Amino acid sequence: MNKILTGKAFVFGDNIDTDQIYPGRYLDLVKPDEVAKHCLEGADPTFVERVSLGDIVVAGTNFGCGSSREHAPITLLGAGVSLVLADSFARIFYRNSTNLALPLIVCQGISKKVSEGDELEVNVEEGIVINKTKGETIKAEKISEYIMNIIKSGGIKPLFKKITEGMQE
Amino acid sequence: MHAIEKILARAAGKNEVKSGEIVNCKIDFAEINDLYLQTVYSFYEMGGKKVWDKDKITFVFDHYSPAPTIKTAQNHKEMRQFAKEQELTHHFDINAGVCHQVMPEAGVIWPGMVLVATDSHTTTHGAFGAFGTGIGATEMATVLISGELWFRVPGIIKIEISGKLQSGVYAKDVILNILGKLKSDVAVYKAIEFSGSYVEELGIPGRMTICNMAVEMGAKTAYMKPNDKVLEYVRSRTGKEFIIDETDSDFKYQETYVFDISELSPQLAVPHSVDNVASIEEVKKVKIDQAFIGSCTGGRLEDLEAAAKILEGKQVNKETRLVVIPASTEVFQKAMKLGYVDILINAGATFTSPGCGPCLGTHAGLLASDEACITATNRNFPGRMGSSQAQIYLASPATVAASALAGEITDPREVTGGEK
Repeated sequence: MNKILTGKAFVFGDNIDTDQIYPGRYLDLVKPDEVAKHCLEGADPTFVERVSLGDIVVAGTNFGCGSSREHAPITLLGAGVSLVLADSFARIFYRNSTNLALPLIVCQGISKKVSEGDELEVNVEEGIVINKTKGETIKAEKISEYIMNIIKSGGIKPLFKKITEGMQE
Repeated sequence: MHAIEKILARAAGKNEVKSGEIVNCKIDFAEINDLYLQTVYSFYEMGGKKVWDKDKITFVFDHYSPAPTIKTAQNHKEMRQFAKEQELTHHFDINAGVCHQVMPEAGVIWPGMVLVATDSHTTTHGAFGAFGTGIGATEMATVLISGELWFRVPGIIKIEISGKLQSGVYAKDVILNILGKLKSDVAVYKAIEFSGSYVEELGIPGRMTICNMAVEMGAKTAYMKPNDKVLEYVRSRTGKEFIIDETDSDFKYQETYVFDISELSPQLAVPHSVDNVASIEEVKKVKIDQAFIGSCTGGRLEDLEAAAKILEGKQVNKETRLVVIPASTEVFQKAMKLGYVDILINAGATFTSPGCGPCLGTHAGLLASDEACITATNRNFPGRMGSSQAQIYLASPATVAASALAGEITDPREVTGGEK
C-alpha cells in the first residue's frame, strides 16, 4: 500500500448500511469482478460507472452498519476505491475492510468538509487529509498500530499464510 | 470486571482484561451461513488443510434455503462438500432453519461461551449469557484454521429495563423503542448489557429478540445474565458444563440508560432506518401490500402464537399478502401441533420453509417498487427486502398480524380489545 493515496471524492451521508453498499440480491456472487459491478448500488446506482481506480469514498457516521457481509469491502476494492473516510464506521465492516487491506480512516466532520468531486490527498499512516480542490488540510484519526500492521501486510490472508506455513513445519 | 470481560479473559487464558486491550480468544463454536462460500475459498487461499476442531464448526443453510437459483445451489454444493471432507460433526442443511434459532435448539449455545458466526445478528446469543459476535467470511476462515480470534475488549453500556408491558405490547416493541431513543450508532465498538426487572423475568424468545437487535445499535455483543428460564432451556438441550459469570459490584459502565416500559405502546421503525421509530398512535394508517412474520427476530413459536391469536377465525385483508416463515423446523412442528399453522393458513397466510426468507431480500416473498411491507424482522434499509423503492415498517408479530387483517398499519390492541 502506498503511504500517500490520491483520488476524487464521492460523498455519501450518514448510516450507509451494507445493503446500500452491496444489495442482498447479489450475495450469491463470489467472484470479486462480479461483486465489483454492484458497488454502492443501493445508495447511488450510477456510482460504479463514475468511479475510477484510486477514488475515495467519503461518508458521515456509522458507514457500513448492518450485515457482516464481506462483499461490502470486496465490492469497494473491486470498484477501485482506495480508501474510505468517514465520521465513524460500523465495527464488523471495519474488521472486514482491515482484513482485506482496505484502509478506513475516521475523520470527524469529513462529510461536511468535502464536496463531491474534490481531489483528495491522504497520508494514510499519519491520518492527514489534504483537500486539494479547497486548499484545506484536515486532521483525521491515526489508524492504530495493530490495524496498520494488518493493512501494511496486505490484509489478513498473506499474514495468515505465513502462520499456516509455520503450523505445518 | 464485567461478566463479558470475564468470558473474554477465560477464553484468552488471562486472569484479567481491560477495556481497549486486544486479546486473543479461543473460540468455543463457529458457524458459517450459506452466504459465505468465500470462507471456504479463503480457508484454502490461506493454506488451510484441516479445520481446528470438527466438533466446533458448523454450516447452517438458512439465507438461501432451499436454493432459489442455480448459483446458490452450486454454493450449497461446495459448502456441503467442504463439510463432508472436513468431517464436521454438525451440519444444518436446508431442512433446519435460521442459524440463531437452530443453534440454541441443537445445544451448541451455553452461558459463558465465545461464539462467532458469519452473521451480524450473532448478538442474539447474549440472551443465554454467551459472548456472540458476527465476523466476516475471511476472518471466519482464520478461525477455522486456528480456533482463535483477536478481540478488542469492548467498553460496556448498561440498558436497564423495568416495568411490566401492557397487553398487546411485546419485547420487539421494547427494543424498537430503545433503538429509537438511543439511535443506531450508540454502541459502535461497544457491548450492551440488558438488565433490570423486566429482563430478569423475561423468557427466552423475548430475550433473544432484544439481544438480536442490539447489533442495530452497532453493538459488538449483547449480554443478559442468565435467569432460571435460560438455565432450564440450556440444560434441556446440552449436557455441557458451564460457568455463569457475575459482574463485580464495582464495575464501571461507560454509560447507563434507564427505560420504564409500563406505558409503552406498540412501536414501529418507519422507512428507511431502524432508529426512525414512532409509537403506533403517531404513524399514519399506511396501506400494506405484504406482511411478514419470520426471521431470527420474529419467527419463534411465541411470535406465531401472537399472530394466531389475532387472526383466529378471521381473514387477512384481500389486498394484503401475509407471509409466515417459522424460524426453525422445530418451531414449525410445534406450531403445527398447537394449531397455529392451521389458524394462519385459514386466515390466508402463505407459509414457506424455515429460513431467513425475504428478510434480506434474497428470495421467498420480495417486494415490488412502491409496495409497503410491515415485518417482524430487523432491518428496513432501502432495498433490504427487494425493490429499493419499497417501504418497510418494522413491528412486533402482533402488530404485523393486526395490520395484515386490516390491510393497513393497525394497533393490535384494536383487534384484541387490549387482551393478549
